[in-house]
Amino acid sequence: MDRQITSFIRALRSSDVRVSTGEALDAVRAVALVGYSDRTLLKDTLGCVLAKSPDEKVTFDELFDLYFSRKDTPLGSGESSDQNQEANSDTAAKDVQQDLVELMESGDETAITTAIEKAASAAEVDDIRFSTQVAYYAQQMVKQMGGESLQSRLLDALSQHTDEGEAEAERLIEMRRDLTNRARERAQRAFDVFGKGETRQFREDYAASKRLSALDRSDMERMKVLVAKIAKRLAVKHSRRRRKKSRGQLDVRRTMRANAGMDGVPFNVIWRQKKRERPKIVVVCDVSGSVAQYVRFLLLLLWSMKDVVPDLHAFAFSGRLYEVDEYLEDKPFEDAMAEIMRVAGLGSTSYGQAWSDLKVDHEQLIDRRTTLMVIGDGRSNYGDPRTDLFRDFASRAKRTIWLNPEGPGLWGTGDSEIPRYHPYCNQMSHVATLKDLERAVDDVLSAYN
Amino acid sequence: MMSNDLITGYEPMTSIEAITAGLESVGYISTRPISTSVFLAHGLRKPILIEGPAGVGKTDLAASLSRWLDVPLLRLQCYEGLDEGKALYEWKYGKQLLYTQILKEKLNDVIGDAQTLEASLSELGTFEDLFFSEQFLEARPLLTAMRQSAGSVLLVDEIDKSDEEFEAFLLEVLSDYQVTVPEIGTIRANVPPIVILTSNNVRELGDALKRRCLHLHIGFPDHKREQRIVQARVEGISETLLDQMVGFVQSIRKLDIKKRPSIAETVDWAKTLLLLHANTLDETFVRDTLNVLLKHESDIAAVTTDIPKLVRQAASGQSASGRASPY
Repeated sequence: MDRQITSFIRALRSSDVRVSTGEALDAVRAVALVGYSDRTLLKDTLGCVLAKSPDEKVTFDELFDLYFSRKDTPLGSGESSDQNQEANSDTAAKDVQQDLVELMESGDETAITTAIEKAASAAEVDDIRFSTQVAYYAQQMVKQMGGESLQSRLLDALSQHTDEGEAEAERLIEMRRDLTNRARERAQRAFDVFGKGETRQFREDYAASKRLSALDRSDMERMKVLVAKIAKRLAVKHSRRRRKKSRGQLDVRRTMRANAGMDGVPFNVIWRQKKRERPKIVVVCDVSGSVAQYVRFLLLLLWSMKDVVPDLHAFAFSGRLYEVDEYLEDKPFEDAMAEIMRVAGLGSTSYGQAWSDLKVDHEQLIDRRTTLMVIGDGRSNYGDPRTDLFRDFASRAKRTIWLNPEGPGLWGTGDSEIPRYHPYCNQMSHVATLKDLERAVDDVLSAYN
Repeated sequence: MMSNDLITGYEPMTSIEAITAGLESVGYISTRPISTSVFLAHGLRKPILIEGPAGVGKTDLAASLSRWLDVPLLRLQCYEGLDEGKALYEWKYGKQLLYTQILKEKLNDVIGDAQTLEASLSELGTFEDLFFSEQFLEARPLLTAMRQSAGSVLLVDEIDKSDEEFEAFLLEVLSDYQVTVPEIGTIRANVPPIVILTSNNVRELGDALKRRCLHLHIGFPDHKREQRIVQARVEGISETLLDQMVGFVQSIRKLDIKKRPSIAETVDWAKTLLLLHANTLDETFVRDTLNVLLKHESDIAAVTTDIPKLVRQAASGQSASGRASPY
């Protein structure tokens, strides 16, 4: 019976529920305590041992129902008789082949289900990864069950060229169709349980490494889910408060106060602690056509992490610079983005204008705990790039990070002013994909640890 | 594969049904998942980590368990900056200091003969470690829990508010139910305590801690269970009022408000209504007492406009069937 649990745990793992070996052992012990007889009880039990967050609970509930759904025989129950089967596999296979037609005729559901389960484990259906494999695995299962003998009987019947033969063939075809359907059903279910998670994983990996500018409208919804996931991952990573102890520096005042009750004898020594700064991010976005798509994802990502970075200010410009926090806070993201594009998106790009607007109106926002993030291609229509102002910001800020959608090969070509800004940035990175964005934001937040 | 001698103490916990019944006998209306996880916590000797909104009976489960099993409840309230000294044990510095002062002269007698510093030191060494003995040990909840001979319920409340370091330290204690005090030795729990950790999700807990705990999520109760809870807590409330008020609360929870009322607030409200001698739910009563149920000005304003409809719904029993609000 433990086999079922391990196989179920494998299904959970493939769907993003992290189950450690220790938890797997707990599950087995827990089930030994409560037994298999009561399904709700089993669900409650495994649920509290294996799923450790609300998200995981949802996945767990879905999978549990899928996995233990099939009548009385859960997935993989065929495996329990594996050894038995392996021991006399030849005879067993023959038996099955001879019995197949009889078995299907008998209409004995339990026997048929058992046979299908056996075939499933022999064909290793549970290794299924992609939905396109369903047909293949179904075919393998039919083969395992002796589909060939059925086929030859069918051919025999057809070659008789009699009415009886026709009728017999008709019956066998019907039988084969029924069998194939059952096998497909079983393979599909194996895919739902074991493969879906991995397929999703694969798709997400693919989407995350796809060039953002090459995204279709149809990808947007999926990307949003993905961004939310990334935001959550980063938030979890960076919301952990870590106190830093800098040993060796005595905090005299606090030590004296703490030991006043002991006649001032310093039993409890208190060391100075380094205060961890809260992240403060000022992000300046070039929203001209070529960069807009990148800005969209960066802002979406940053705004999804508002809990971790409460001190977040966004500015958008092409000509003049506009503060856009309000839009993002008050409206649903898509509307806010449309509004931002409407307000700031027109006009010819001028980085110099943006810096001088930032200087005049918002200079006080940039202090020594601010990370200044700039996203843009640095193409300023041959206007004055005002590097003097940019240098000034960069020297006041904690760090200055420039995210550039253009690859290094294009920096400095045409009206690109990148080489003139580059010396003042702590980092100039090429961002093309969601993964790059994630890395950049992770990097910014890590600097505050 | 589970040897029985591992399970010691807490005799009444024979089955899940026994736990449900036992908890009910002390006024805690359990659900199947709750009882199951308590049963497993006992059987597998693992802590339970309970998550869920505030006021749904997370802490109360621990208190009720201790009452039912008749073992002490040891509560450790977590906060930022909580450290070992406050959770495990501390030496009573003041007392140690006082005693050294008083015993100074005695000390002279003991080492009086010794001529050199070394000699007096070895002289002292022949005595037991006087000042680092049980007498000067201030036991905090964790250590106290380990020392209970008949077992105990250890409640680590709001673990999410503690620091990460403390979480790691807790892991160590909870994994083998023993504590080492260097000067005294290892103290091992005779009967391991039933450990309940609660979290309101202020921060995400570490994976290591989650892995070692059973996970239980307690959400808002359904109509029937809430009715039973109020019934158990508030004496003399009429059936009609009970049904109506619980229906009303249930439908408020479906609205889009800042803080949804919890069971604790329902109970308070029931007591308030009883005090006002209400027999049925009435618009004016509701309007006057809404502040017991809702704790934000904006929430009260949002609900006030809907009161007539909600009361009507509650009276006709529609809310029980789970009709969503127009929001």
